[in-house]
Parts: sequence; structure tokens; C-alpha cells
Amino acid sequence: MISALWVMIALSVLLGIVLGYAAIRFKIEGNPLVEKIDAVLPQTQCGQCGYPGCKPYAEAIAKGESDINLCPPGGDEGIHKLADLLGVEYKPFGGDAQPKAKAVAFIDENTCIGCTLCIQACPVDAIVGAAKQMHTIIASECTGCELCLPPCPVDCISMDKIAEDISNWKWQHPVIIPIQAVA
Amino acid sequence: MRTLFSFHGGVHPPTHKAESTRTPIALAPIPSKLIIPLWQHVGNRSVPIVQVGERVLKGQKIGRPEGKLSSAVHASTSGTVSAIDMQLVAHHSGLPDLCVTLIPDGRDEWISHVGVDVTHTSHAELRHLLRKAGVVGLGGAVFPSDLKTDAHHHQIKTLVINGAECEPYITCDDLLMRERAQDILRGAELLRELLQAEEVLIGIEDNKPEAIAAMQLAVTQAGYRNMEVLCVPTVYPSGGAKQLIRILTGIEVAAGVRSTEMGVQCFNVATAYSAWRALAHGEPVLSRIITVTGNVREAQNFEVLIGTPLDELIALAGKQADTNRYIMGGPMMGIDLPSGTVSVTKATNCIIASSLKLFPPPAPVMPCIRCIRCADVCPADLQPQDLYWFAKSNNFGKAQEFNLADCIECGACAYVCPSNIPLVQYYRYAKSEIHERSVEKLAADKARERHEYRQFRIEREKTEKAERLAQKERDAAAAKASFEAGLAAAENAQQQTINEAIERAKVQAATAHALNTDALTQEQLAKIAEVDARRAKMRELAATAGADDEPPKS
Repeated sequence: MISALWVMIALSVLLGIVLGYAAIRFKIEGNPLVEKIDAVLPQTQCGQCGYPGCKPYAEAIAKGESDINLCPPGGDEGIHKLADLLGVEYKPFGGDAQPKAKAVAFIDENTCIGCTLCIQACPVDAIVGAAKQMHTIIASECTGCELCLPPCPVDCISMDKIAEDISNWKWQHPVIIPIQAVA
Repeated sequence: MRTLFSFHGGVHPPTHKAESTRTPIALAPIPSKLIIPLWQHVGNRSVPIVQVGERVLKGQKIGRPEGKLSSAVHASTSGTVSAIDMQLVAHHSGLPDLCVTLIPDGRDEWISHVGVDVTHTSHAELRHLLRKAGVVGLGGAVFPSDLKTDAHHHQIKTLVINGAECEPYITCDDLLMRERAQDILRGAELLRELLQAEEVLIGIEDNKPEAIAAMQLAVTQAGYRNMEVLCVPTVYPSGGAKQLIRILTGIEVAAGVRSTEMGVQCFNVATAYSAWRALAHGEPVLSRIITVTGNVREAQNFEVLIGTPLDELIALAGKQADTNRYIMGGPMMGIDLPSGTVSVTKATNCIIASSLKLFPPPAPVMPCIRCIRCADVCPADLQPQDLYWFAKSNNFGKAQEFNLADCIECGACAYVCPSNIPLVQYYRYAKSEIHERSVEKLAADKARERHEYRQFRIEREKTEKAERLAQKERDAAAAKASFEAGLAAAENAQQQTINEAIERAKVQAATAHALNTDALTQEQLAKIAEVDARRAKMRELAATAGADDEPPKS
């Protein structure tokens, strides 16, 4: 009886040590779910979800504080992906959050006064320029978040829709005309 | 005798090749205008280097390659540039693209051009010349040949020269092999030299006996020992690069793997020909052989200047009144052209004039009955019925798992489908969606990285600023402390001097001479008391004598 007790105690102590060590040795920094959600989000960093960037929104979703239908740049498909990832029901966009056509910012360089406000607002450093020097957008890096629009004091930034040309054209889902019964 | 291999599936559509092989290659006259697209190759669009109104000579470069994956574009004849603008081009999208419009002056005046001695020129120089001459894969893939001949990463064993030409109606390679076999072989030998390949296998389908005979004769005459002309069975799509490599070498090339990694490289016969013309004669790719067939009076092969408008080319073969549309390429994989104003490019191997009689509109699409005929004919050994299902339901992840990327879009599945489902369209749709997603994913990853770096930078700047401030404060505090210390020290020093002075004074005082009243004798004291008493008495007297009187000062 006593020996059995000792064996059990010894075993529990041993396992406790092993588990305790494993908890320290294999500790995961941060919440892995946040990373997964962040990978699904489009990384425009636009803040249209109400959070200051994609990562904070991902954190809020992971904590269950936020809905999954707040990201317009992610589109309907983004919601589906989040729903699949989190195992929750799909929700359509609510209210005024609607996906827009993709666009890229454009600075009218004749109007730009070189105030650097847009540079400070750009979340992905896609604007080049210096104080009292003309600014310009690196189009390939622009996520189309529109965060540069409000700070501009002379309204010289516009959003250009990305026009379809041969380089970005894609095949459409074939439209099949259903066979109709002959009357 | 070499053993040939075979690939899975394949179909046998009616070939319709006899119509256009009755006459030799005819030289198409210079058209009234040339619309030369600047994007005729895989990679980046060429950048125009001519001005509107400029006179250009035949063979003059009008578009320079942009970036590594690109190729040059040349003026096909001498004339004047009349416009550089967006024109309809031969593309599935039917969208316009940047073209140079050239009005020929009819003189066909060459720019000075000389070939190089290919045996005494470095490989790097030869590759550069291929790029400068705009040599791209003329089988239809239009991949820049200079990059394909750069094989120093891998040891190439076999060079496959593709003369299979499996698609119905097309006979341009057939005629080229019949008439210009020697130059093709010279080109092949040159490519073999560039690739350092051990052997050259020329695959030709057995429905082209004249071409096979011509090529075999040329090989024997020229005495190429490591070159072999092989007759492959006629089955569509044996002319696909992967399929031909499989037939000739038994090697299977998976999607995402370059054939060079397996020690094989493949070029079309027309590419070998144009590579030879470019290097040995200094002639850029200005024209190519194009089969004009279908609903025309005289189907024939023409040597056509790149940029010739379709209408003028069709007129040469005799346009029929009931022509309703044109197909560029073959009926299996070709592009439906938006209009007859588009021009021929380096990728154009065949123009089929279509009529309702020749190509009736497709029968209504019916549901998939999972008969698996498509899987039986798929040359890539895929399961087209499953891929169709996944593409239709936008289940792209699953489509990728079922190796959609291996699909070569040959159209064999759609050809045999009893329900007339446009299967290839579904695969193309799924592929372009998958491609777009991967592009978006890359962009998102880049944006995330940039955003995170920005956050990091802002944070770093903040801490640096805070540190600077703290340093400043510390410096200020230190300065103040030192000032105060100095002040205190000065005060201390002053105090000390004062103290010292006091001390000194004390000492001085202590050591000073004693007063004469200090040490008095009893006698003297008595005398002093006497004097004091007398003075007191006098004061008393004075007080009584008059209040006004001052007491006498002692």
C-alpha cells in the first residue's frame, strides 16, 4: 500500500517535472491563431475594420472581441476564409462596409506642396518624398488603403482604379446557358 | 533503332493538313500597313524606342527588351512609324495592347546586318545576339530563346527539336522542314552547342513523310553524327513539349519543374531556323511561316511579315463570303480573334477562317455524367472530371491538390466530352484565379513585411528619441550638478577664507598685546576707583547745577 503510494507520488513528481520543463522549453510566443488570421487578412492596413491595422484586427478576432465581416478589402471570400478557419458561420458584410474595386493612390505632382503628411500616414511606406519636395507613390507597393487621402491639405491625392489590361486580365467563370425544355 | 515511349491518352481529331500542303511556301507581299505589337513574347513588354513619324529600316529595333525576361521587337520592313498606341491584339481577352504601326515604303530597305562566325563567338555573346534579334519560341509559347539556351545550371543530355506539329490544320512546320531542312539543322546544331547537349532528337509525326524524308536527307548530307530524326505516332497532343519529351526520352516533366533539370531542353523547328538566321545572317525575327487555311479558296503557307493585318493575309488565300470569324492557332488550342484588324505575331502559326459550316456552334452543354472519357484521353494523366467539378464550384485548393497546374490546356478532354462541357475554359478560369490569389498573397506578404518594418522603425525612432532626450536630461542634470558643485566649492572656498580669517583673527587676537588695564596692581585699582568716584561725584554736581548741562565726558 505504502509502496504503491510512493510509486504514484514519484511518478507524478517526475511527470510534473517533465511537463514543467516542456512548458518552458516549447513555449510559443504569442497566439498562433493570430498569425493564422493575419495570414488570411489582405494586409492593406487600412483600418476600415476599426482597428489600427490587420494584426490588431486579427488579435481582436482571436480574442473573440470582433466580428469576421469587418474587412472590406478582403471581400466576401475573406469572410469565407475566416469562417472556415475559425469554424464559425459565414456572415455577410454589415452596413456600409462594402468591398470596393482595387485602386492605387496617385499624387498630382503639380499640386503637391511637399508637406509629408501623407508619408506619415502611409502604413506601408509606399510614398517617397521629403519636406518641401514633391511626393510620389510607389504604385507597386500601394495597397489602396486610402489612409493618405484625409491628411492631404491640398487634396492632391486621388485613387485610380486599376484598369483591366492584358497583363492582369483573367478568365471568367464560363457562363453556361441552361438547356430549356421545348414546349 | 531507338525505342520510343508513349504518353497517356491523346485523341485523333481529323487533321485537315492536306489542304494547305499542296503548294510550297509563298512569300506574302508587303501589306499596306504593319501593326507590330510590342508584347509578342513571354515576360515584360518591350519598350518602344522609335518616335511617331520616324523612318525605320527593315530589321531596325523598334522595341528594346525590358528586364531579363523579355525580347526585342523589330521593324519588319522599311517605312514610317505612323502611330504608337493601343491596338487590338491577338489575345484571349480581346483587349488592346501597345503596338507600333508602320506604313511600309515598299523599298524593303535593310538596315546593315551581318552574321557572326558562330564557331568563334562566345556562348554568352551568342545568347545576347539571340535576345537582340528577338528570337523566341515560335511553336506558340514565345518564351525568349536566349534564356532557354542558358543551361549552365544543369547538364543537358538531350536537345529535343519539336517538329511534331500535332494540331489539326497547322502545316507551317511541315512546310518549313520540307523546304528549309538544312537551316533548321544548322540551328539545331547551334542550339546543341549552346546547351552542350550530347544528342539532338528531332521528333516528327508520321503523317508528315515528306518532312521526315527531307530532314533525314539533310542530316545524312550534313553528316551530323549525334542527330537523329525520329518518326513519332500521330496522336494529339504529341507536339506538346512535355509530351514529345516523354515520347522521345521517356522522361516525365512535372509542373513547376523545368525540363532542363531533367537534362532535356526542347525547341521548335521554326525556332531553330530563326536562331540560325539570326546568328549566322544577322537577321532578326521579322517574318514567319503561317498556315492560312479553313474557309478560304486556296489554303496555303505564307512567309508573312510580323505585324501583317489578318484581313490582308486572308485576302491572299481568297476570302470566302461566309467566313464568320477567325481562329489563330489550331482548332484545339487556338484563340478566337476579336476582329480581322489584328495582326500576326511571332506566336501565330496558323490562321483558320471559320464558317458555320466548318465549325458549327457548339451543341448545348449538358451535365457531367462522369463517363470518364476525359480521364482516358488526358495526356497529363489527370482527372479532368474532378478538376471540372472543383473549378466549377470555385474549390481551387482542391483543384491544386488534383494537380491542375499540370494541365496543358490541350483540349483533348473537351474534344471527347459527350456533354459538350467547355472543360478547358473551366481549367483556365481556375488557373487564372489561382494565379491571381498567389499574386495577391505575395503582395499581402510584402505589405505585411513593409508595415511591420514601419512599425519597428517608428518604435525604434521613438526609443532612440527617448534615449536622446534622457541623455540630454542626464547631461543637463550633470551640468547643473557640476555648476552647483562649482558654486558650492566657490562658496566653500570663500567660507573657508572667512573662517580662516576668523581663525587668524582669533589667533591674532589671542596673540595680541594685553591691554594696559588688564594686569593692574591693587594700588592702581585703588587709584582707578578713586578717579571713578570723583567723576561720579562731578556728574552729580553737574546734574544738580543745571539739567541742561551735559555731563562732562570722561
